[in-house]
Amino acid sequence: MNAIDHPERDTIPAAGGCSDVPVLKESGQREVFCGLTGIIWMHRKIQDAFFLVVGSRTCAHLIQSAAGVMIFAEPRFATAIIDERDLAGLADMNDELDKVVTRLLERRPDIKLLFLVGSCPSEVIKLDLPRAANRLSKTYSPDVRILSYSGSGIETTFTQGEDACLASLVPELPATSDTARQELMVVGALADVVEDQFQRIFAGMGLGPVHFLPPRRSDALPPVGPNTKFLLAQPFLADTARELEERGAKHIPALFPLGAKGTEAWLRAAADVFGISDDAFETAVAPARERAEISLERYRAQLNGKRIFLFPDSQLEIPLARFLANELGMHPIEAGTPYLHRAHLEHELAALPSTTQVSEGQHVENQLDRCRDANPDIVVCGLGLANPLEAEGMTTKWSIELIFTPIQGFDQAGDLAELFARPLVRRSRLEV
Amino acid sequence: MKLTLWTYEGPPHVGAMRVATGMEKLHYVLHAPQGDTYADLLFTMIERLNKRPPVTYTTFQARDLGGDTAELFKTAAREAYERFKPQALLVGASCTAELIQDDPGGLAKALNLPIPCVPIELPAYQRKENWGASETFYQLVRAFAGANAPEAGYERPARPADRRPVCNILGPTALGFRHRDDVTEITRLLNRLGIDVAVTAPRGATPADLATLGEADFNVVLYPEIADLTARWLERTFKQPTIKTVPLGVAATRAFVQEVADVAGIDPSAVLADEESRLPWYSKSVDSTYFTGKRVFVFGDATHVVAATRIAEKEFGFEVVGIGTYSREFARDVRACAAEFGLEALITDDYLEVEEKISELQPELVLGTQMERHIAKRIGVACAVISAPVHVQDFPARYSPQMGYEGANVLFDTWVHPLVMGLEEHLLGMFREDFEFNDDANPSHLGAGTRGSHISQTPSPPAPPFSADDAEQADTEAETKVAEPAMEGEPVWEADAERELKKIPFFVRGKARRNTERFALERGAMQITVDTLYDAKAHFGR
Repeated sequence: MNAIDHPERDTIPAAGGCSDVPVLKESGQREVFCGLTGIIWMHRKIQDAFFLVVGSRTCAHLIQSAAGVMIFAEPRFATAIIDERDLAGLADMNDELDKVVTRLLERRPDIKLLFLVGSCPSEVIKLDLPRAANRLSKTYSPDVRILSYSGSGIETTFTQGEDACLASLVPELPATSDTARQELMVVGALADVVEDQFQRIFAGMGLGPVHFLPPRRSDALPPVGPNTKFLLAQPFLADTARELEERGAKHIPALFPLGAKGTEAWLRAAADVFGISDDAFETAVAPARERAEISLERYRAQLNGKRIFLFPDSQLEIPLARFLANELGMHPIEAGTPYLHRAHLEHELAALPSTTQVSEGQHVENQLDRCRDANPDIVVCGLGLANPLEAEGMTTKWSIELIFTPIQGFDQAGDLAELFARPLVRRSRLEV
Repeated sequence: MKLTLWTYEGPPHVGAMRVATGMEKLHYVLHAPQGDTYADLLFTMIERLNKRPPVTYTTFQARDLGGDTAELFKTAAREAYERFKPQALLVGASCTAELIQDDPGGLAKALNLPIPCVPIELPAYQRKENWGASETFYQLVRAFAGANAPEAGYERPARPADRRPVCNILGPTALGFRHRDDVTEITRLLNRLGIDVAVTAPRGATPADLATLGEADFNVVLYPEIADLTARWLERTFKQPTIKTVPLGVAATRAFVQEVADVAGIDPSAVLADEESRLPWYSKSVDSTYFTGKRVFVFGDATHVVAATRIAEKEFGFEVVGIGTYSREFARDVRACAAEFGLEALITDDYLEVEEKISELQPELVLGTQMERHIAKRIGVACAVISAPVHVQDFPARYSPQMGYEGANVLFDTWVHPLVMGLEEHLLGMFREDFEFNDDANPSHLGAGTRGSHISQTPSPPAPPFSADDAEQADTEAETKVAEPAMEGEPVWEADAERELKKIPFFVRGKARRNTERFALERGAMQITVDTLYDAKAHFGR
């Protein structure tokens, strides 16, 4: 807890925590969404983009159902449903796709960026979407930019859909000149309000210009080049980071901006790279950091000492467990992640208590057995598991809310803690 | 390839899941990639089931393709058997697994498990959810009841006079629209008639229960979309008569009681005399006069649409101006019903076509699914939900059947609730200038808040927010409907006429606008004046 009052200056921790603890790797049934689900937030983030899944009725039903409540304005996503005529070769699938895209763009002249999103069926039948995107781009350029990526369940889990989407955008980013001065890029979809807060803090310490990927509009793509240094705002962006590195950009390793400590370390890592003075950093960061600490204090009393079990879902599990352990005094028993990117999570693993079992992949039945044996105070899991576990007497926090809520940054640290405190408070309130 | 924004039905394996999840002691091993587990949350979140659906997903990945996806399936099936110890396994493939052609049926058989394995093939690129549920139920019943099938030429002996008649109830599943309460209501009604229910299936039945289906005297089919195929087979195989009347509404419930009594050979007069529905009296009471001729659009699955159309016309006194269904398999029934009321049925699963139809017809009430609720909300028309696809709201905590006499009571309350009621409607008509009666005001019993104007023809800034009761409000605001440009050759409203039009209550204004424009067009008038408005009114009547 002292660390909160006296933040560590050094952002590269010595190996420790969970860095060298063996990871439990499992395969079996996964209770995790596929990458198509990312469309639910990405289509709101980039306001002139449209996501066209090329897939089956299952894909259409998945996105519609995963939205939890059906969001029924005319959405900026749709599915081109493959039918038996396409599979039997009675229809040329590329012609069919062109027809669907034509109909869509006629209906929605407001679309400036169209993603063709691959699915399990389109991957299995080897429908070449990158080529289709190229072909269609020739027809619709410059009015509409057409890109493609795969959100299929055979290749991506849940948040990897965002990674694949952003990775497909990177080659489209304008190039900065080699002599341009150093610029910062923040990578990963954040709530607009969080983005604005970070923008203000960076400006406050005199760090700039700062660009964000994804942009809110497709005509505002951030530039990239050898002078770009980038911070990852999300832990699931392996492919995007690789693409950026290919454009010459350099990753700034850091904790992820969850909680007061995580946010400070994240900002500090950038400040150090950009040579911001300690005074300037303190001046810019101190007020928000104090607010974050005040807001966390209330929940620390409620969460301190509670044991928590995290099922794999969004790849946020390890940073979350680190935050819950180090800033709220919780005991993470197991932190499951669908996929572990060791390099990007280096700092997180080092900061995670060594008593936490990190698991990668999933065999849901075995994991449920472990969870029941551990009998935690609170379980973080997906929507398919939450009510059944509640019915067994466990307290749960459904994990998709962590993706749909602004949780990053100082001013959201308390909100993030509250998400975990609420189910416990609720349990104690209910008398029937 | 078909462009789809929203789907009315899921893929066919979700239909199979509805059957498996409704049943007990059956486990479904589904060959499927990661992500298909989303279907679990339909049951745990929308229906609020307190247990996971009995489904094991093999979860194959790209790296497994061409390798050992078949081995993956066998492992999953073996583990599912060992862990859950079901009476039987249902095995099949989702859309992606269908493409890799691993033959789950053959693989399961090769495992030599000590329980029956029922393979189901559901062509995912051709069929949909209800078909999948129907086919799965049929294959299960054939597998388990089939073993007890009598020889060809079997004649069902008459029921011994000292035994009460016994029937099965067929069709209810998990995630069905009010299936839980319909079963309770109809079981009660049958019991009052002196009839026992032997098996209700799929919901609540075990594979062992299915094996005994042939023993009952007759079958009651509550949801033909799911159980019609099975009932026909039972009728052929066991010579069990099928009750075909679906007891939705008062008249159909009466007809159902009569049909059941005829088949069971009992006297229904006591039950018919002691009818438990308030709907007939509520509809006759003068307060309901304002229902008369209210224009209604009906859309949903075939069974609920056909029933709702008859109820709307004959039990509420509404005027049905359009009907349609997404159940292509039962389109014929809906077309026949439409013809009965001089209409043409809209058979489509394209949400946009339905929206277009509703906008064109400008009804005063929409009886539809959750999809139509959103369409209606956007164009400012009242709506009540009568059919799947379901939403968490369609699983109310209270007892709320749609079928039988109590179901008719529920229909009365549900359909009347969204309407502007009797006197309020008159006051709205008389005092248009009253600030509380402005266009954006909701019916008083629906609370504060505003409603959207449903005149979309007028180019306007982004639509005003709808009542602030829903999460989707933000999306509604965010989307700007592309205004339709005034078409060449269409009459133009003069400012006076436009103002006069606004004095007409919003719930009939769409019709007034449409009638006036049609009237003007037919007479070649290019300008619509206040007089045109009233001429049209006189021409068309209210």
